[in-house]
Amino acid sequence: MTGSATTPAIAGTQSDNRGIWKRNQRALAPWVFLAPGIFMFALYVIYPIIASMWLSFYDWDGLGAKTWLGLDNYVELLDDDAFYTSLYNNIIWLVLYMLAVPAGLFIALFLNQTVMGIRIYKSLFFFPFVISQVVVGLIFAWFYAPNFGLFYNLIEWITGTGIAVLADDRYVTYGIIAAGLWPQIAYCMILYLTGLNNVAPDQVEAARLDGAKGFRMLWHVILPQLRPATFIAIVVTVIGALRSFDLVSIMTDGGPYGSSRVLSFYMYEQALSEYGFRMGYGAAIAVVLFAIMMIFISFFIWKMVRDERGM
Amino acid sequence: MFPRPIENTAPATQVLYKLALPVALILWLLPLLGVAMTSLKPSSDLAQGNYFGLPSYLAFSNYADVFNNSPIGQYILNSFKVTIPTVIGAVAISCLSGFALAVYRFRMNLVLFFLFVAGNFVPFQILMVPVRDLTVSTGLYNTITGLALFHIAFQSGFCTLFMRNFIKGLPFELIESARVEGVSEFRIFWYIVLPLMRPAIAALSVLVFTFIWNDYFWATVLTTSAETQPVTAGLYSLNGQWIAQWQLVSAGSIIAAMPPVLMFFLMQKHFIAGLTLGATKG
Repeated sequence: MTGSATTPAIAGTQSDNRGIWKRNQRALAPWVFLAPGIFMFALYVIYPIIASMWLSFYDWDGLGAKTWLGLDNYVELLDDDAFYTSLYNNIIWLVLYMLAVPAGLFIALFLNQTVMGIRIYKSLFFFPFVISQVVVGLIFAWFYAPNFGLFYNLIEWITGTGIAVLADDRYVTYGIIAAGLWPQIAYCMILYLTGLNNVAPDQVEAARLDGAKGFRMLWHVILPQLRPATFIAIVVTVIGALRSFDLVSIMTDGGPYGSSRVLSFYMYEQALSEYGFRMGYGAAIAVVLFAIMMIFISFFIWKMVRDERGM
Repeated sequence: MFPRPIENTAPATQVLYKLALPVALILWLLPLLGVAMTSLKPSSDLAQGNYFGLPSYLAFSNYADVFNNSPIGQYILNSFKVTIPTVIGAVAISCLSGFALAVYRFRMNLVLFFLFVAGNFVPFQILMVPVRDLTVSTGLYNTITGLALFHIAFQSGFCTLFMRNFIKGLPFELIESARVEGVSEFRIFWYIVLPLMRPAIAALSVLVFTFIWNDYFWATVLTTSAETQPVTAGLYSLNGQWIAQWQLVSAGSIIAAMPPVLMFFLMQKHFIAGLTLGATKG
């Protein structure tokens, strides 16, 4: 075999080892290839998940000794109004964020043409996804700013009184979600544009000959072919909604009076903000968020495993 | 093609469509256009209430101000220092693990694969406290290395998924026939598979670059000072200092957004190929 010379790390020291390597190369090779990935992932992802769960049973300020609390952190959560506000906001996020999927499809349909310059239009429509959420947050903060913000003035012009969206606990979460939808719609749009590119033209033509058009065509012929795109759009939108942190932090810092908090932000606030270092309590919030996400992750994985087996 | 090509419709519809395109685009990018315009307004314009009109003159000095009176140059440099090693590290690791998961049949294969996939979806907050601890205890807290190491590890989940699926799509006969020839597994990886992975490496690099450049959460958790903070976290603290100086906030935002935007426009094909992988597979 020519290859043993290129594997000095494993073979090359002793002839015995080289024999074992040679005979079992096919069985050992995947583990050698996987070693760095498994090591990094175990250290920075798997271990921290377990450590967080364990930590959620303790009281800890991040420096001193940990005190065992059992389920006390979770009991405290049940009585914590801020926790319920965050949870409720997370649900609003999840529901409204899903609008990105049909909206993305709509824009993709609008742009799926071959007129001059359409490629540039497509990339410019995609633009919001490329820029950082920090920048998106600042852009929308400016858009909503009382007295001189574009949106504030628009509302004032229509209704007579402007609304300071980010300072009003009735609208603040919706205002932030709208900012989040902007890049998310762009993301879904690009998924659908690629999907539409791969729709079988003969099926469309055949359906057209049968008299299908408009919405019926979309529903019965096009959407079934776009299923993989829809699946990915839903996955990234659900995960994006539950991960929302950046925009809340940038635009309102959870305010006014904590009314725009979401679980991810509340966790951060409890564990690391100037209000105190309640690592254990923060970990308990993170475990709840993790449990909610696991429901979705399990469903996605279950579906992917099914597809994988089907292949 | 769906919807019906616009060329096959009535001339009036065609004209309408061509008018609707720019109008829709302007509406879509209105917040961004507003910020771009604000970044070029002299502060006197804002003081006089000229919020929506054109700038009375183009004040490129705002950009000079941002660079001269804030550490944004340092922040940008930090962002590059975090992002480039992360791209190299995560892509390298995932080439290896993606190859292992795509080419070999062994009992743990699917379990490991889905572990990587699932890990990629978990909320950051469940990792936050232990990762911060780990970084503090290894002396890497508030260093660029500490931040980049975490990013490499976390991104390797998504990247492995990507690479594995890409290699699965390559013709397996190539590997089979090389094995018959007695080529070692490492040579197969290095000389046969790796050269074919070039488009995947390009796509993934562009994508990871954008993700890491735009990361804000880990930047705030793992770094604290202007010497180490990337531009996302830096912009947040600058925003606190520039209260009501929107021309500076806008100019800073545009500067921070530039690198990934340029990356996107230069490498558009790769970027979209990376992002939409799997969106077409049946």
